[in-house]
Amino acid sequence: MEFNIYDLTSFTSSFDQLLMENLSPFWAVAIEMILIGVAILAFYAVVGLYLVYAERKVCAFMQCRVGPNRVGPYGFFQTIADLIKLLMKELIPIKNADKLLFNIAPYIVIIASFMAIAAIPFAKGLHAIDFNIGIFYIMAVSSLGVIGILIAGWSSNNKYSLIGAMRSGAQIVSYELSVGLSLITIVILSGSLQLSTIVEGQRDGWFLFTGHIPALIAFLVFLVAATAETNRGPFDLAEAESELTAGFHTEYSGIKFAFFFLAEYMNMFIVASIAVTMFLGGWMPFHVGGWEAFNNIMDYIPPFFWYAGKTAFIIWVMMWFKWTFPRLRIDQLLTLEWKYLLPINLVNIIIMAFVVLMGWHF
Amino acid sequence: MVEEITKGKLEEQEFSINMGPQHPSTHGVLRMMLKLKGETVKEVKPQLGYIHRGIEKMCEKLTYQQIIHLTDRLDYMSANILNEAVCLTVEDALQVEVPERVQYIRTIMGELNRIASHQLWWCAFGMDLGALTTFFYGLRDREKILDIFEETIGARLLLSYNVPGGLMNDIHPNFQKKVKEFITYFRKKLPEYDALLTGNPIMQQRTKGIGMLTKEQAIAYGVSGPSGRGSGFSCDVRIHQPYSAYSKADFKEILYHEGDTFARYKVRIDEMWESMNIIEQLIDNIPEGNYTAKMKPVIKLPVGEYYTRVEAVRGEFGVYIVSDGNKTPYRVKFRSPNFSNLSALDLMAREQKIADLIAIGGSMDYVIPDMDR
Amino acid sequence: MEKEKLKEIILGFIPEAEISTDTQFLTVNVDKGQLVKLATFLRDSDEMAFDYLFCESAIDYPDHLMMVYHLDSTKHRHQLVVKTKIADRENPVIDSVCPIWIGADYHEREIFDLFGIHFTNHYDLRKIFLDNDWVGFPLRKDYTDPVNIVER
Repeated sequence: MEFNIYDLTSFTSSFDQLLMENLSPFWAVAIEMILIGVAILAFYAVVGLYLVYAERKVCAFMQCRVGPNRVGPYGFFQTIADLIKLLMKELIPIKNADKLLFNIAPYIVIIASFMAIAAIPFAKGLHAIDFNIGIFYIMAVSSLGVIGILIAGWSSNNKYSLIGAMRSGAQIVSYELSVGLSLITIVILSGSLQLSTIVEGQRDGWFLFTGHIPALIAFLVFLVAATAETNRGPFDLAEAESELTAGFHTEYSGIKFAFFFLAEYMNMFIVASIAVTMFLGGWMPFHVGGWEAFNNIMDYIPPFFWYAGKTAFIIWVMMWFKWTFPRLRIDQLLTLEWKYLLPINLVNIIIMAFVVLMGWHF
Repeated sequence: MVEEITKGKLEEQEFSINMGPQHPSTHGVLRMMLKLKGETVKEVKPQLGYIHRGIEKMCEKLTYQQIIHLTDRLDYMSANILNEAVCLTVEDALQVEVPERVQYIRTIMGELNRIASHQLWWCAFGMDLGALTTFFYGLRDREKILDIFEETIGARLLLSYNVPGGLMNDIHPNFQKKVKEFITYFRKKLPEYDALLTGNPIMQQRTKGIGMLTKEQAIAYGVSGPSGRGSGFSCDVRIHQPYSAYSKADFKEILYHEGDTFARYKVRIDEMWESMNIIEQLIDNIPEGNYTAKMKPVIKLPVGEYYTRVEAVRGEFGVYIVSDGNKTPYRVKFRSPNFSNLSALDLMAREQKIADLIAIGGSMDYVIPDMDR
Repeated sequence: MEKEKLKEIILGFIPEAEISTDTQFLTVNVDKGQLVKLATFLRDSDEMAFDYLFCESAIDYPDHLMMVYHLDSTKHRHQLVVKTKIADRENPVIDSVCPIWIGADYHEREIFDLFGIHFTNHYDLRKIFLDNDWVGFPLRKDYTDPVNIVER
């Protein structure tokens, strides 16, 4: 295949060798880790900020208005200005709050989303760590965030926060199941938990298309469950502005609030990345089996752009949800999960296993 | 709370929570003291008075022309209709015959006001349910009505257009054209409201069968207006005791019998259609004539009691004036629809979820200054 | 129903009621002891069926307080005004009509708050607008407030 021209593996491995030759292994690894850490941190900040910008623009588009348009061209630097404002705001200490937990909660939320990014394959070779249980790792880590939310709600000494946190707990515990099961459907199809293998397996067609109807069902279920897991869109019960003022982060101000805010958008980015990696071929270009010329043209678009484009599309769909639908009620939310999504998912896994067993997939 | 639990008081108990006076969806400074058990609302105790200005007391010191401007500050969303109510009371007491032109214009303005108010209600109701986009759709169309108001009256929200005996000034030459343009425009846009919110399955799940109020309860609690008509309580003053030019228009009362949040929602959406009907019938037939009857500069009502009922946007609005023959009233009582409607909130919201309480509150369309007066 | 006929029926039930027909609504002046009896009759009798209390207010006259009840019948579409005099301005007490028309609840709390009329049998008589420690009853004519009321 021709996309070797964009293969970053040789670049990264030569850099690795360079360090290994000149330094002791400990320092070489330490420097690599620092470099990757800084790179991810910068990436995190930039993506987070521009997702906020994108959301405001998309929401403005949905609502017949212009959106941010004062700071920079098309309001491009609006979120940076907002960030500076948030950095300078006072961190209000809350009377009778549990100081330690109150302060630690935003970090737990943000670290959980930060850790998940490490395992996402952005392009061939652009991959911080390629676990052989990659998808399992991402799921485990990204669900840690709810602990931060629960702590935040608990420690704020505010009843609204507590209700919000409890809702969030119930919601994430439930929807984690659907996310997991819908991903397992694809794991059955690909036969691997390693993200690089999963992406390679979609060389001749994305799993969404090769996996027949079960993959399509799994994709839809994943979209719904993932939106719920990020506390967004019609499932933003933990915040529920009109009911609980701001839910679990009512009492947070300044940069601590910004952490929650940023983590929400990064979680959205992460679930979109997972959806892309599992269902839409990750960084793999769009290939149609047999059409050599078409496939070659597609290969000239760098994999990172494929990845970014698909992720942007999923994120856009999730924003579309949010700005169109009313919010569900907590019991309806749980009904949707336990009475509909979960049984559908379980049946879907069996169908998928059957399809794979009989070799009916493409 | 953290302390209580660390002390080991871990038992299931009701807890009370203050919703408001500052809360995103109480639509003003209403404070609701809730008793919750988990997510379930066990009791709602509304606490009023955060915007109590003593308007009834102030009216006792003001002349009848001045009272008009205070009624704007009651239900600011239906200012024109409230002004009209006071004017009708005074005219009724003095037995002044207002020109037919005035009656037509008052009716048209009132119905425009009703549409504008229902549009804002729709915005806010969507927001209460968590559908944030509705807000901008509604405001987009409401702006057109406010522009019409601004052109003729000069004000956009607190209109004070009616004065005892007639109108403050004549309509702008563009008025009829603009209103007709608006009706054509809004007839196209109103189906968008249905497309965005009414047909949404989540919205229907959230509203159907929630906040039940039977017809008998509605009557007993005095829940009037669209909220009462959602329960099948036929209470439209425009039909039963027509005033101004309502008798000249052919329209029907919107009645739904389900009594749930969705029925109240549907009543208001249908009322917007019906209001457009009324305006369309009247707008081309505004008779020529004076925009005000001949009135004395100092109005003194004869000794006696006068009561006028009008259909404000949120229900029946009543003006009760007791006069002792002076230029200021002896006692004024405003029967505000929201005040009575609020009393049924506890009944409707019990045993529902917190989210339902917000939806019910939204469907009752509370305006707090109207309750507090 | 016609005013005259209503008058007849009410007089048949409470002979000592004063009824005036020349006002906007038919007005019944009744003694405060007979208010609840009359109210129950007005709501329950089939010919009357006054099930909708659309306004309840109090008026402060120099020598007495007056309660005014505006009633409507959703069945027959006729209106009626019931008035009751409370002679004691210092300790005004009257029976609540809350058990008859539950909608009177808030109106009576408002009157309690602003006029200081005490309603017996009201299930939850609290101040509705003003603070619990507010002194005086603002809608009474003799109420003075040097801060908030400007005398001209």
